[in-house]
Amino acid sequence: MLIGPALLLSALLFTIGVAGVVLRRNAIVLFMCVELMLNAVNLSFVALSQVLGLGGQVMVFFVMTVAAAEAAVGLAIILAIFRHTRTVDLKNINLLQG
Amino acid sequence: MLSLLQEAAAAPAVVPTGAVRFVWLAVALPLLGFLVNGALALRRPTAKSAVSLVGSGVVILAFVVAAGVYVQLRGHPPEAPLIVELWRWIPSDALDIRLAFQVDQLSTVMLLIVTGVGSLIHLFSIGYMHEDPGYARFFAYLNLFIVFMLVLVLGANLPVTFIGWEGVGLCSYLLIGFWFSEEANADAGKKAFLVNRIGDFGFLVAMFFIWWNLRTLDYVAIAERAPIRLAAGGTIVTITTLLLFLGCAGKSAQIPLYVWLPDAMAGPTPVSALIHAATMVTAGVYLVARTNVLYSMAPLSSGVVAAVGALTALFAATIGLRQYDIKKVLAYSTISQLGYMFLAVGSGAYVAGIFHLTTHAFFKALLFLGAGSVIHAMHHAYHATGSHDDAQDMRNMGGLRRKLPWTFVLMLLATLAIAGVPPLSGFFSKDEILSAVFARGQGHPGWMVLWGMGLLTALLTAFYMMRLLAMTFLGENRTGTTEHEHLHEAPWIMTGPLLVLGVLTVAGGVLNLPGFVGGHEGLAHWLEPGLQVALKQVPLVPVEGGTETLLIAGAVAVALGGLLLGWRATLAKPIPSAREAPPEHGFARVLYHKYYIDELYRALLVRPLVGLSRWILWKGVDQGLVDGAAVNGSASFMRGLGWLGSRLQSGNLGVYVVVFLIGAVWLLRALAR
Repeated sequence: MLIGPALLLSALLFTIGVAGVVLRRNAIVLFMCVELMLNAVNLSFVALSQVLGLGGQVMVFFVMTVAAAEAAVGLAIILAIFRHTRTVDLKNINLLQG
Repeated sequence: MLSLLQEAAAAPAVVPTGAVRFVWLAVALPLLGFLVNGALALRRPTAKSAVSLVGSGVVILAFVVAAGVYVQLRGHPPEAPLIVELWRWIPSDALDIRLAFQVDQLSTVMLLIVTGVGSLIHLFSIGYMHEDPGYARFFAYLNLFIVFMLVLVLGANLPVTFIGWEGVGLCSYLLIGFWFSEEANADAGKKAFLVNRIGDFGFLVAMFFIWWNLRTLDYVAIAERAPIRLAAGGTIVTITTLLLFLGCAGKSAQIPLYVWLPDAMAGPTPVSALIHAATMVTAGVYLVARTNVLYSMAPLSSGVVAAVGALTALFAATIGLRQYDIKKVLAYSTISQLGYMFLAVGSGAYVAGIFHLTTHAFFKALLFLGAGSVIHAMHHAYHATGSHDDAQDMRNMGGLRRKLPWTFVLMLLATLAIAGVPPLSGFFSKDEILSAVFARGQGHPGWMVLWGMGLLTALLTAFYMMRLLAMTFLGENRTGTTEHEHLHEAPWIMTGPLLVLGVLTVAGGVLNLPGFVGGHEGLAHWLEPGLQVALKQVPLVPVEGGTETLLIAGAVAVALGGLLLGWRATLAKPIPSAREAPPEHGFARVLYHKYYIDELYRALLVRPLVGLSRWILWKGVDQGLVDGAAVNGSASFMRGLGWLGSRLQSGNLGVYVVVFLIGAVWLLRALAR
């Protein structure tokens, strides 16, 4: 059932997510890229559950739950940063620079 | 107290009864005095009458206890020393040290001297120190000194004696530097303390040796085991006794550690009388007499003790010839007389040594207190006129006999006693020492040299003491015309103790009246039980009747000759006052500067030590190695490491992600393998 193409798509989406996190500076976009990576992993879980049992599908629910929580917390943090600095450009947010 | 009695009953020694059981009171009472006076010094320093009452009262009560102990021992002489055990101090497996007091004939003699002379000096101090703002503090220290001195003499084992030994050193330090606002006084205190540390090193190592070889530190057990377990004249006993003597030389100011005592005169005069003449400095002589069994087994060490004693006696006497500070003369005289005592105990004449210790405590305390009375008068005179002249310089005195008649008569008696004029106490004790050394010299010419040195010292002693007396009391007054009017005799609280000491100085010889004047050598019989082992090892050879008479005649002739010479030489020409005095020339200059020994020590020991400490230990090891390399070095190393780590914290999120990814991939690879 198209496991190979599904995994390929998953890898593609994951790579796009990683590239986005590494290259983009906007916190919102970065956040979206993280979501993309999570869902790419979800895709490979679902695809592989066809041959490895239902454990992968159960794991997807967990990941979605965590992602939802993460979205709530993450967006709240971004909002707080924006209120504080009036920007969400990560170039300007480097207080911990050594 | 019940537990005390039970534990004492468990001890193997003779069970003490009667007054001896309460000998700890002699220590506890001055301790109480110290606490009360110390509290008063902190809270109510102006309560001088309370301080006087408590300060001298406790010492007098301690003397009463001592007298009770003496009466009991007199009535029932014990065969073995009585051990009063207070508690087990260090109960360890093999090392079981008890805080115990040993009451026997020797410690009773010392007990009586310390509390008796101590009481008189406490009374004198009431008058002498009365104007001092540190009055309560002074009496607190003085009481504490009595506590430690009694612990020293009563200790039944070496560690307990060592507590007292260190304690009197502490009190000596505190009292030398009593007027610490002047740097010279504080320095003198430090010097005394540091020089004594060298001696204490010897004492400690000797204690280790004794423990290692005899497995005991109790005096009684040492005396029992030493003749069995150690070879007489062997290396171990010789080294042990020599180390012990190093300790004695420190405390009793013998060559080469005598340098602290003259400086110790910076303290108040009663302190000089009590600590640095009558009691503490004799602790070394006492310790040698206490460990007489060991010394009798080590002829070499005994020879060293005697030789050092004789050398010190002569050396210090020569310095005393050319000092102008009245207390400095007496200080060198004390060193010299202590040398005499060591000459006695070194030659096996322990009784003569203790006898001289006793009579010296009387006449030297009298001399110091007399000097204190003189200084008191001089100080008041100069204070009244606002003069800044030296109140202790004998060149500023002269003719004081008219103003201080009591002090003059009593100091004259003490001078005659220390010079050895019969029938005063000093004559008997000094003569006994000289004849004992002479007797020893009949076999060995080496001892004859020591005898000669002793005789020469007697001549010098008579000379410088007469010089002191003449410069202070005879001739014309040099204090100054206005000051002269203010000179006056001390109050009765000061002259009273002087009077008692004067009686003791005159009659002290009765304690051990020799056979040739019809005496029965009371002290010798009294001390005999504790000396039997030693006397068996090194028997005392009596001098023949004819020779003895010759010796006595010689000694008296020497004493009288010295006095006469001293008088003639001092009063031959007018003495210029300290301000107008020309500098000394020739050998007198060397003597005036004390053979430049202090300068020599400074150049050879102090400066190299200070240089080593400053440049190598402080700047090199401490600041360079410890602070620089170890402490600051590790800190800057860590900071460098932190700086390297902080380079990773670029603040650029992309970089973090890349690093994280590399790590994750690497981890995955490692897990997949």
